Amino acid sequence: MTKEAILGAIRRGLKRGPLPAEQQAMLAGRLATHPRHLIPARSRLPRPDQVALFIRNVEKEFGTVERVPDLAGVPAALAEYLAAQNLPSRFVMAPHPEFEGIPWADRPLLEFERRRAEATDQVSLQHGWAAVAETGTLMLPSAPGRPTTLNLLAETEVVVLRASAIVGAYEEAWDRLRAENQDARSGGFMPRNIMFVTGPSRSADIEQTLELGAHGPRRLHVILVDDDLAALPMGDAVAPPPVALPGGPAAPGD
Amino acid sequence: MVAITSPAFKENAARALADPGLQKALGTAKGAFLQRRAQAVANLPEFERLREIGRDIKNHTLANLDFYLDAYEAKVLAAGGMVHWCSTPDDARAVVLEICRKAGAKTVTKGKSMISEELGINAHLEANGIRPVETDLGEYILQLRQEHPSHIIAPAFHLNREDWEADFRRLHTDLPADRVFAERRDILAEARTKLREKFLQADVGITGANFLIAETGSSVIVTNEGNGDLTQTLPRVHIALASIEKVVPTLEDATSLLRLLARSATGQDFSVYTTFSTGARREADLDGPEEYHVVLIDGGRSNMLGTDFQEMLRCIRCAACMNHCPVYGAVGGHAYGWVYPGPMGSVLTPSLVGIDKTGLLPNASTFCGRCESVCPVKIPLPKLMRHWREREFERHLTPTAQRSNLNLWAWFARRPNAYRWATRAAIGALGLLGRGKGAFRSLPLAGGWTEGRDLPAPEPGGTFMARYARQQRGARR
Ligand code: SF4
Repeated sequence: MTKEAILGAIRRGLKRGPLPAEQQAMLAGRLATHPRHLIPARSRLPRPDQVALFIRNVEKEFGTVERVPDLAGVPAALAEYLAAQNLPSRFVMAPHPEFEGIPWADRPLLEFERRRAEATDQVSLQHGWAAVAETGTLMLPSAPGRPTTLNLLAETEVVVLRASAIVGAYEEAWDRLRAENQDARSGGFMPRNIMFVTGPSRSADIEQTLELGAHGPRRLHVILVDDDLAALPMGDAVAPPPVALPGGPAAPGD
Repeated sequence: MVAITSPAFKENAARALADPGLQKALGTAKGAFLQRRAQAVANLPEFERLREIGRDIKNHTLANLDFYLDAYEAKVLAAGGMVHWCSTPDDARAVVLEICRKAGAKTVTKGKSMISEELGINAHLEANGIRPVETDLGEYILQLRQEHPSHIIAPAFHLNREDWEADFRRLHTDLPADRVFAERRDILAEARTKLREKFLQADVGITGANFLIAETGSSVIVTNEGNGDLTQTLPRVHIALASIEKVVPTLEDATSLLRLLARSATGQDFSVYTTFSTGARREADLDGPEEYHVVLIDGGRSNMLGTDFQEMLRCIRCAACMNHCPVYGAVGGHAYGWVYPGPMGSVLTPSLVGIDKTGLLPNASTFCGRCESVCPVKIPLPKLMRHWREREFERHLTPTAQRSNLNLWAWFARRPNAYRWATRAAIGALGLLGRGKGAFRSLPLAGGWTEGRDLPAPEPGGTFMARYARQQRGARR
């Protein structure tokens, strides 16, 4: 059997037989505990700064962000964005339960269908599961309520993201996924697909010069719902005292 | 498998240096990757420590590769995927064809994958009546031109904008002949429209994998265009091609390596799309492939374990080494004569296809060390090239003249007094010959060296040893 042949060739190269049981147990332990490595200090910030870092990074990567106070603000923000970009007010929407409570009737001109995306869709509205401030990256795990095609086929992708879903580093997002997601098929926590999206699609294949709008969306717009009081910009709310995070930037004189 | 022209490296290089189109393209590209990488690295103070972590993660995985591959397979199966173990490129080609046939495939879309180039998947599918369509923009134009990539992350590195326009006009004949390509953007838009049709037609999508994750059974791809995601999401069947050294233990390990990859490659903090695929479509999902196959290929990797070249298996294919290589910058990628160019190719190609055909590659280096200094997983590329040179020498594959000169040198080098005497004599002679000239344009027996540069004539003052001895005496006084 080829599998045994390949594993045998590997062991011959490494000049040993199969690993002894206690070594295997140690490696299985490493898989189960998945230790973290160094996490860059740049995202170890108080909540408002973490959200601000996320926004800065999305904008640096040619995406756009608009903050709204709650889910009820989404229809107006979306309608105005589409009008400003000269886009039609029809869109395909993620069939996510969270979107059902949005008062769409406030903007009767918006037309939508809840389904996966098709090649003819021009605008998609996706549900943001999490986002990583470190690089301005959206994390979009596939689910019945979050089809992957919504990230790919339309020229314009709009993502509704709760501020409370923004984490500093990727590792925090993995831990949240491990804790919250259950995959019936594998018994694990990984869905079929997770896309990490950082800005709109692009290519530098023509003379190593960056051009936006390759095969995926040309525009990526985030509607950020401020559901996290602790994450509001300082001054907008009574901000809690900044928490000293492990590995965070040392205070002057520290 | 792709034909090997590495034995003709010298001729290839000479032709490359005399090719004005290629030299223009290399000139345009020069510096772009370097500046972007330098900027990204400067913005992450932890970068150097992350390189050490990246090296250690890969070393740990390679030392336990059998364990992690076995664990990986179990997780893929649990998520409803299949793993096909293939020792040789032949095995892998046969498996891919078999999956495509079972799926009744007529059109197969492909994401950019160097292992696919290594295996020659396209030619094999075509020969069997299946149409492969490359969807990465750079790979797409190369397929139109019937060429191979000249760079591992920027396949069309050797082309100029004029080439794109000319090829699109020549081959997209259904579009108005007098259409205008005012901007690069217009070329991109045309390719997008053309490829959209293909994405929707395809029965099977084939991608590579930047990483495989043992903890979860996931394959990871990294792109900026989104073509890899369309390739693996829309067709009914997804095939991921991966060589055995792509596996890493956990999501945390992959995450640390991803922090290095995009910064080293394109100078981005993170690529636009980093995607983790785990198994086939779930019951209630509205999209995604119904079949998920991983073709896991040894293809010569296991032979590298336990040798000097095991370190090369840490490579994450970022291309920083070639972007920073003066030889690559002068001759481009095709001169190297096989799939992998630049310093990583000069080490890997002899390992995978044999030093007998590729003995010139490890010499295609100035040993300036820039490749090693930028490699995100700290592969000692110059040292490994030197190992190949030594092996090649031992195997008596070096041209006779070079060997006898080196033997002569070795005789003197083992006899310090004779060496000092001989160099003193030679320097004296060269000094006399070169007096007033400052440099030699050519020297007997050293034509290969002086062809491309001048040898400075020795300054009066004697050999290094003589000067050193004088200086030491002076210091003691
Ligand atoms: S050898 Fe190092 S620098 Fe070169 S492609 Fe591989 S990882 Fe990148």
